[in-house]
Amino acid sequence: MHPIFSSAIIAAPELVLTVGSLFLLLLGTYGGGANPPGNVINARGVTLAAVIILGIAGWAVIDAPAGRFEAFAGLYVADGYSAFLKVLILGAAAASMLLALPWLQAAATLRFEYPVLIALAALGMCLMVSADDMLSLYLGLELQSLAAYVLAAFHRGEGRSAEAGLKYFVLGALASGILLYGITLIYGFTGTTNFGGIALALSDGSKSLGMVFGLVFIVAGLAFKISAVPFHMWTPDVYEGAPTPVAAFFSAAPKAAALGLMVRVLVTAFGPAVFDWQQIVAFLAVASMALGAVAAIAQTSLKRLLAYSSIANIGFALVGLTAATPTGIEALLFYLAVYLAMTLGTFMVVMQLRTPDGRPVEAMADLAGLSRSQPRLALAMAIFMFSLAGIPPLLGFWPKLAVFQAVIDAGLIELAVIGFVLSVVAAYYYLRLVKIMYFDEDKVGLVSDGSRANGVMILGAALFCSPIGMLAMAPIAAATGRATASLFGLG
Amino acid sequence: MTTAIFSFYLFAFVLITSAVLVITSKNPVHSVLWLIVSFFNAGGLFILLGAEFLAMLLIIVYVGAVAVLFLFVVMMLDIDFDTLRKGFWKNLPLGLAVSGVILAEMVLAVGVWEPARVVAMGAQPGGPPAGMSNTQWIGAVLYTDYLLVFQAAGMVLLVALIGAIVLTHRTREGVRRQNIGAQIARTPGGSTRAVQPAIGGGVDLKGMDK
Repeated sequence: MHPIFSSAIIAAPELVLTVGSLFLLLLGTYGGGANPPGNVINARGVTLAAVIILGIAGWAVIDAPAGRFEAFAGLYVADGYSAFLKVLILGAAAASMLLALPWLQAAATLRFEYPVLIALAALGMCLMVSADDMLSLYLGLELQSLAAYVLAAFHRGEGRSAEAGLKYFVLGALASGILLYGITLIYGFTGTTNFGGIALALSDGSKSLGMVFGLVFIVAGLAFKISAVPFHMWTPDVYEGAPTPVAAFFSAAPKAAALGLMVRVLVTAFGPAVFDWQQIVAFLAVASMALGAVAAIAQTSLKRLLAYSSIANIGFALVGLTAATPTGIEALLFYLAVYLAMTLGTFMVVMQLRTPDGRPVEAMADLAGLSRSQPRLALAMAIFMFSLAGIPPLLGFWPKLAVFQAVIDAGLIELAVIGFVLSVVAAYYYLRLVKIMYFDEDKVGLVSDGSRANGVMILGAALFCSPIGMLAMAPIAAATGRATASLFGLG
Repeated sequence: MTTAIFSFYLFAFVLITSAVLVITSKNPVHSVLWLIVSFFNAGGLFILLGAEFLAMLLIIVYVGAVAVLFLFVVMMLDIDFDTLRKGFWKNLPLGLAVSGVILAEMVLAVGVWEPARVVAMGAQPGGPPAGMSNTQWIGAVLYTDYLLVFQAAGMVLLVALIGAIVLTHRTREGVRRQNIGAQIARTPGGSTRAVQPAIGGGVDLKGMDK
């Protein structure tokens, strides 16, 4: 077979997403009028079609034969690691499309471009986690970022949203520049952009100053994309300004993709330089956990609180990467899977709630007395909060335990102690939200949006985060084990 | 050989002179024109290196598109360059410090760079295989080995296109669009009217503008 055809078969999920998003564009353009109700029906239809296309891509990921397959002359790799992350990414992207429907419809900004942009971002994210070369890494990252900039400014008539989009774009362009600078340094000093080639060049023992420079720039560029401290400044502002469903999307799939990409770059390309990047990642982890825990205490806006919460969670996940062992990466992947459910669930509850005059809920104080007005949603929110805080019987406890266990095994006990202390600090603001919902006087009387699809998704996420979710731990552990083995070339 | 050396110094001298003039000329339109001169000379240097494809790309893309776009922006936006230039002396030390850092980085990077080692690690030096031009060689790898990134770049451009439409396109009311079907379906009966105006009475044009 011609190498391009065999490559296309290996890259089937990306091919499905590419052709599918082009189809969605045509469907959206010719599917309905520009005015209500035609445009709303059209946007709903395109969203459903997009979810089906993501489902087909996910099926192509799961159905692929086990093992490591390189395609497109070493630019692309499909292995167990990329498959695990792609399932997470496609699932989170599909959920982000569905959960936005009622919210955007209420804001009268539901347009068919929304699911199309998320599908294109999903294509970029799949390319990111399958990249085996700096070139495909960069293009995947840019594809995802460019779609994200547009989504942040999706409410173009609203000053806050436009500001969020512009801010994200300017800072994101700067981060891309830093990343590219690092890539050129690495290319200049190793003569290759391929991850395997870089590892080979680094492993001959004579690592030069230029390579370390390049490594630092690449880590800084990627740290911006996962919003790790000190590259987190954009996160609270963008989450606050962007429409809430877009903030939910940002906190889920792109984080998983960028973290997965960072792990692959550091473990495969810079594996021989582990002592150089371990300190950097340890600093990023500690700083993110600390800032996420401390800065969130003073917040009054729900979205800013969730932004700081996502920064802190990225810090905990990075602790697993600091261990730089297969156990650590397994713990990180487990953490990501649980984090996605927790953050999407929390955002869905926030979006489901409205004040009696139809305004979306933004301030933490608005949730006062939610346990009386909306007992079921309050219970779900409480489960997510306890889970995010890492209280033992809930699922959120186990990935934290696994991450700390991994760093202790790697001999970095200080890091585990710091992480443990900071998770106690972070528990304060999660529990404060529970206190506001259950013990404060109800002044607003929030009503539920009544969207059945979102209700079912909240139920699913809450069940997953509750102790019942422990039933899912064995299959997840098996999947993360396979993914990590393929990343380290063990299986 | 002498011609090559002579051309190198000519291109390099004009390049540096025009680059200095880009940042020192008072009129921004002149700056852009000097920028175009420097692009042409950089293209000449690429030809001396044997990279004729890059030279043409530089001239077509940078002179043909980017510089002309700059020119449009400079001429269409009413920017008061005197106020922009006010902070020049105040910010000069900071600017010099930043350029000093970048220069030091470059010197450091070049200082520790060992081309022989990079080649030993598997980089492919030298030009295209015999009997193949530079352009042909780039085309041959661009559509085979680098097909994935070539297509991904296309998708990035598509997202940019969708983004521009999402963020700026508005459906306007009361816009008269060409309706080809209605034009073709016009008949003399629907578009003309025979009138017999009285002498000195003029013609009543009411209802005729449709």
